[in-house]
Amino acid sequence: MPFKDYLRKRFFPHIWCPGCGHGIVLGCLLRAIEQLAIGKNDVVMVSGIGCSSRICGYVDFHTLHTLHGRALAFATGVKMSVPRLNVIVPMGDGDALAIGGNHFIHAARRNIAMTAIVMNNRTYGMTGGQYSPLSCHGDFATNAPYGNIDHDFDVVELARAAGATFVARSTTFHARQTTEIIRKAIAHPGFAVVEVLSQCPTYYGRKNKQGGAAEMMEWYRDNTTPVGSKAKQQNPTLIERGIFVQDAGKPEYCCEYKKLVERARRGAS
Amino acid sequence: MSERKVIMGNHAVSYGVKLARVQVISAYPITPQTQVVEMLSEMCADAVLAAKFLKVESEHSALAAVIGAATLGVRTFTATSAQGLALMHELVHWSAGSRLPLVMADVNRAMAPGWSIWPDQLDALSQRDTGWLQLYCESNQEILDLTLLAYRLAESLSMPVMVVYDAFVLSHTSEPVEIPDQSEVDAYLPALASRTKLDLKTPAAFGGLTSPEYYFEFRYMMQQAHDRALVLMDEIGAEFGRRFGRNYGALETIDCDDAELILVTAGASSSTTRVVVQERRRRGQNIGIVKLRLFRPFPVDAIRRVLRKARRVAVIDRNLSVGCGGIFAQEIRAALCDLSDRPEILGYVAGLGGRDITLALLNALIDDALERKAEEGYLVFWGLKEETLYVER
Repeated sequence: MPFKDYLRKRFFPHIWCPGCGHGIVLGCLLRAIEQLAIGKNDVVMVSGIGCSSRICGYVDFHTLHTLHGRALAFATGVKMSVPRLNVIVPMGDGDALAIGGNHFIHAARRNIAMTAIVMNNRTYGMTGGQYSPLSCHGDFATNAPYGNIDHDFDVVELARAAGATFVARSTTFHARQTTEIIRKAIAHPGFAVVEVLSQCPTYYGRKNKQGGAAEMMEWYRDNTTPVGSKAKQQNPTLIERGIFVQDAGKPEYCCEYKKLVERARRGAS
Repeated sequence: MSERKVIMGNHAVSYGVKLARVQVISAYPITPQTQVVEMLSEMCADAVLAAKFLKVESEHSALAAVIGAATLGVRTFTATSAQGLALMHELVHWSAGSRLPLVMADVNRAMAPGWSIWPDQLDALSQRDTGWLQLYCESNQEILDLTLLAYRLAESLSMPVMVVYDAFVLSHTSEPVEIPDQSEVDAYLPALASRTKLDLKTPAAFGGLTSPEYYFEFRYMMQQAHDRALVLMDEIGAEFGRRFGRNYGALETIDCDDAELILVTAGASSSTTRVVVQERRRRGQNIGIVKLRLFRPFPVDAIRRVLRKARRVAVIDRNLSVGCGGIFAQEIRAALCDLSDRPEILGYVAGLGGRDITLALLNALIDDALERKAEEGYLVFWGLKEETLYVER
């Protein structure tokens, strides 16, 4: 099915600002699903609140537009009820790591087979550009006019430490790689986390004098490097992208649950 | 010298908080509240306001943070709306039980789903049993003034106070607002001397397990504080009037003395109701308005005094307790039920989820309220689309 057929065309034009990276993430996601030849009715997309969560409105899958930060908790219930479904959870950085941070680490710990996509624009776009837990130390925001004194999470390290069995990072500049990573993440039999650096020229870019969308994407090009590259050794400030963790061996939660039920039944009979 | 500025309701709160010399602010972004704390964060950054500003990871954490700060005896502020307030709920109870003099602004927004960012009073009314005092605002001036008054109430009673106003209709709409002089405010609102504070020299335990031997009395004392609030509201509201020229009481009554029909309103739609009622008065109809300002504690005696003279009362609720009806109507019925000469009470639910409460809608409502059989007026959904009237089966 051509990926454009996965769209709910009646909801277009979309409400994202000109130059927003989230449309690129949407394109990559749909291409990945197209490549995997997954039918519309086999995908449940669950989102929370924020610019990222609008993605749920634009795709013609089963979609649940839920509460801020709680998408993974809702999604866990969906996945447990019908484990054969492909459950995809697009979230923003504030959504996933601030108000939803607890759900994020526990979904990872549980290793439940879902795909969490963190669309990281380092700000709360929808409410007007406040700093998020992925805004860097020293970043400017509408509520940090003299710079942010919080430190940011490294999503990759956090997901790895919490137990996610597929952890990757990409950017909107690297759209082909993002498609490939999301494809592998959806196919992965465990909890998969994909962080995509996605530009917000309206707030983050403007507040931090990073230029327009094109300049911000060039920044992604010039300041990221493939994971394990020599360039990283020479310049530790570069952000690594690629697949950091891919472990299909760790038991998945729904499978474990099923086995537990079978074991209990055998024991009872 | 006071100055007059054209500001939106959200910024009226920010100015109020600044004038109150709040010391710790914590909040989480949510539409339509965000501008309140955005302006406060700028005031803090520019050192116009000597407060510490803490942006945390959720509303639950925001209220927890101000509880922590208030326990140290400092003046605090937080603001939220709808889902944010619902997420705070556990701490809304906690802060009242802790007898902390907190002030919070809640921008009235409808509860999801369906997702809505528009006005509806259910978010605040869902917190009515927590022990927080609640003040409902009609204008941006009232928002600023009641923010100041809220600190006086909270700190006199050691009880938290919520200042409530409509999403967008007030939050994002600009109106001329008189901003009082700082020295005048300082005279009205002295520095906080909290009674429920952690004294660094005398270690004490907060939040301990409370056996059935004590818990009951603690709740009784909270009720006593609310009883005192009814008296205090009128006193400090009158003092506010002497100092700033604007009087505030638990209720505002407009043309009620000879009114056959009294409309009961709360929030911004009170202004629209005033316009409609003025026109009706010109046409010789004896109609009055009771505007609920203080909803918790519920001013039962004042309500009885003003409403018992009317033949009919029509309560306009921008909220619905599903399965029962409008919440203000319920409370007014309960307040009047043991009067022998009580008026007929009609309950109108209107404007849910931000549907506009217009002049035309209110005019038709008044016509209906004058005509309708009392026994068919317990719960009237006013302004529904006709085609949806009988959908649910």
